[in-house]
Amino acid sequence: MSSIPHDHAAGHEHAHEHHPGGIMRWIMTTNHKDIGTLYLWFSFIMFVAGGSMAMLIRAELFQPGLQLVEPEFFNQLNTVHGLVMIFGAIMPAAVGFANWQVPMMIGAPDMAFGRLNNWSFWLLPFAGLLLLGSFLSPGGAPSAGWTLYPPLSVQTGMGMDMTIFAVHIMGASSIMGSINIITTILNMRAPGMTLMKMPLFVWTWLITAYLLIAVMPVLAGSVTMLLTDRHFGTSFFNAAGGGDPVLFQHVFWFFGHPEVYIMILPAFGIVSTVIPAFARKPLFGYASMVYATASIAILSFLVWAHHMFTVGMPAAGQLFFMYATMLIAVPTGVKVFNWLATMWKGSMTFETPMLFAIGFIFLFTMGGFTGLVLAIVPVDISLHDTYYVVAHFHYVLVAGSLFAFFAGIYYWLPKWTGRMYDETLGKWHFWLSFIFFNITFFPMHFLGLAGMPRRVPDYATQFTDWNVVASIGAFGFGLSQFLLLVAVLKTIRSGAPAPARPWDGADTLEWTLPSPAPYHTFETPPVVK
Amino acid sequence: MDRIKAAWRIGRLLPALLITALASGAAWADREWNLPPPVTPIAHEIFELHAIIFWICVVIFFVVFGAMGYSIYAHRKSKGHVAEQFHENTTVEIIWTVIPFIILVLMAWPATKTVLAMKDASAADLTVKITGSQWKWNYDYLNDGFGYFSELATPYAQIENREKKNEHYLLEVDRPLVVPVNKKIRLLITSSDVIHAWYLPAAGVQQDAIPGFVRDDWMKFDKTGIYRGQCAKICGKEHGFMPIVVEVKSEQDYAAWVGDQKKQLASAAGDVNKTWDIKELTARGEKVYTANCVACHQANGKGLPPAFPPLDGSKVATGPKLAHISTVLNGVTRDGKPTAMIAWKGTLSDVDIASVVTYERNSWGNHTGEAIQPAEVTSAKAAAK
Repeated sequence: MSSIPHDHAAGHEHAHEHHPGGIMRWIMTTNHKDIGTLYLWFSFIMFVAGGSMAMLIRAELFQPGLQLVEPEFFNQLNTVHGLVMIFGAIMPAAVGFANWQVPMMIGAPDMAFGRLNNWSFWLLPFAGLLLLGSFLSPGGAPSAGWTLYPPLSVQTGMGMDMTIFAVHIMGASSIMGSINIITTILNMRAPGMTLMKMPLFVWTWLITAYLLIAVMPVLAGSVTMLLTDRHFGTSFFNAAGGGDPVLFQHVFWFFGHPEVYIMILPAFGIVSTVIPAFARKPLFGYASMVYATASIAILSFLVWAHHMFTVGMPAAGQLFFMYATMLIAVPTGVKVFNWLATMWKGSMTFETPMLFAIGFIFLFTMGGFTGLVLAIVPVDISLHDTYYVVAHFHYVLVAGSLFAFFAGIYYWLPKWTGRMYDETLGKWHFWLSFIFFNITFFPMHFLGLAGMPRRVPDYATQFTDWNVVASIGAFGFGLSQFLLLVAVLKTIRSGAPAPARPWDGADTLEWTLPSPAPYHTFETPPVVK
Repeated sequence: MDRIKAAWRIGRLLPALLITALASGAAWADREWNLPPPVTPIAHEIFELHAIIFWICVVIFFVVFGAMGYSIYAHRKSKGHVAEQFHENTTVEIIWTVIPFIILVLMAWPATKTVLAMKDASAADLTVKITGSQWKWNYDYLNDGFGYFSELATPYAQIENREKKNEHYLLEVDRPLVVPVNKKIRLLITSSDVIHAWYLPAAGVQQDAIPGFVRDDWMKFDKTGIYRGQCAKICGKEHGFMPIVVEVKSEQDYAAWVGDQKKQLASAAGDVNKTWDIKELTARGEKVYTANCVACHQANGKGLPPAFPPLDGSKVATGPKLAHISTVLNGVTRDGKPTAMIAWKGTLSDVDIASVVTYERNSWGNHTGEAIQPAEVTSAKAAAK
């Protein structure tokens, strides 16, 4: 894509590496690499927290009947699992990647607003504490599902209020992070790097950041209305006072659907970076990838009510949202075909990042197929709020976003730490994750087709066998994730020294820097031709 | 904390459950793979739509991943394949944008026809109003002027694994919705508290029950039989225990059933003016309690504090009887908002309320010895107005 002069000296940059030591380094840091690291570790901790809840859910569902938890606590686990994974694990991980990679990939010295960046991160642990702390409040954590539909969410105790404040704080963090990312990308690119020469990962984050700024205030608005309905006598969502419970769903999903793409677009960006690197061949259809990403983002504002086909909307509404939803399959298909064409006639090797990227394409496409099935209104009526939907969104979020993030971690770990990860360990992590993921979530399609509703702590005996399989898969998937921790810690402690550019086909700017990337990079911008 | 029963139990339980699971391997044959066999015209259309889309996806799957599989096999460095450097081809890119679009139009066409058919609830032979409430369904036969509640019939002992589970565990109710075959039944669906969803997969029906709004839907069964579903929208702690059972009868059987219902309606209310003795009241009260109160206040009257207070030894159940009657009649509000203790005056008859109050005042450690007469409930109701 671009040829980069290798003339700037890396050695002298170490001279500027003065920062407070110990814990104060992390609390006061304005360095994009430090903050990226903080984001990624925070998201891993939340991933473990949300994952533990999933393990408890699957343990309860291992057999029919109530064994381990009470139904009320089960609902709390379900709700907080969803909120923690979305707002605590996936979104911060994506911002962590942006922090590390965006400045290095566009040849900028740092993010545009260092202190804002610090604040964006340090809001998150407090939001996380509020969210997880709600378990200890009277009445427990919120139990209305992560979608927080009223009137049920109006019935819950103060755990719900803690969650609402947590969502406000996380929203503020996301908006500040997005402003920072947009400003950095638009103003701090190296000379010669036009928009259409930017690495695709940077493009996907630019579009994601706009989506975040557009929809996080909408979420904040909807939960604020919930808060005033709960405590200040308003009736936005209370029919008895002239409101409408369905209004909440419209407002929530106007945030919620773009949110889905907020979680997947950075993943698209990572996969579009990893595939060419290991196929040793430039990304196929760069321009159409950019246009497809933008089309997906625009269409994401026009499909929200496909999450609500059963509320009883008029036929015209159902048809509009069905057509708009199906239309998203076109740019998404273009992306999959482009990745395939990038691999075609390449010279591929299959290191861990490539395995996760191919796993991503395979399983994300499966999630795309079930998304298409669910877009068809009459079929959705039969599958809405069943385990089929649970299977669908775990295929696009776990095997989609999460697998792409795993690919990104293994891909950039040599640059971040200056050491190579253990390839055998990485491959074990991939294969165990891939196999157990499918054992967990594939049977859920059958459960949904047979009519098992989601969010139930107990089920009819006809659903037993598939639930047993899913639970066994879930325990395996959960345990496999500790391999990631082991692989990363082993890299940091005892990995073999990494060369500046360990991947043959990697051609973006960060690989012109030494490994590990110095604390300050590109103080003199490189020139991109 | 009884929320999580001690973690060590998991360790003890899992091996045992694993063995059970493997032993039930014989049941693999009748495992579910697809949508349930459809029994209404709409469900047939849904079944076919799903089949068409499924097979289109299967074909695309093999084309796309066949190509990817071949590429992974043939274009690898270890086989000495040298990377070509092409990265654009406008013709190919147009083709793979247009072809999916055409496939989508072909899918959308039959789906649109089904959507329009599903929305046409006109010219119904019979109308049933369905009201969801935490955690049961109420069916009102608007044409015939009667109605009843339909609740989970599975005993708690089975849910708590103290007894062997029934064949229709969790999918059985005390009184199913009864409808005639080959008649168009219009459903008016609403809720009295939170959002529920009336979901009957074999009929291809799922409609949210939204408090304050009435939505309509319809179904017309091809054949008689018993069909089962569940509440599909999370609605609180007993969400998983709110089944839907529909019994489809022949026209004659249905007409006979309606006749029976009307007769029973006259006698079931109980005689309000009669003086009941304490034994009759507690016996009837125990049934009412088991059907309506036990989920929160528990069979042993100990409740689940702090959310659900105990009745055993409580001030309400041992104090002045009028306050107790009023609590059951009108429910409990806190800061002007209803709590989980709802008003029962619309749900239970005066005889039922008198019985359950008597039962609560003379069970567990409560021994007031008072027999509450239905007439007292009637006058308490009148006084509140």
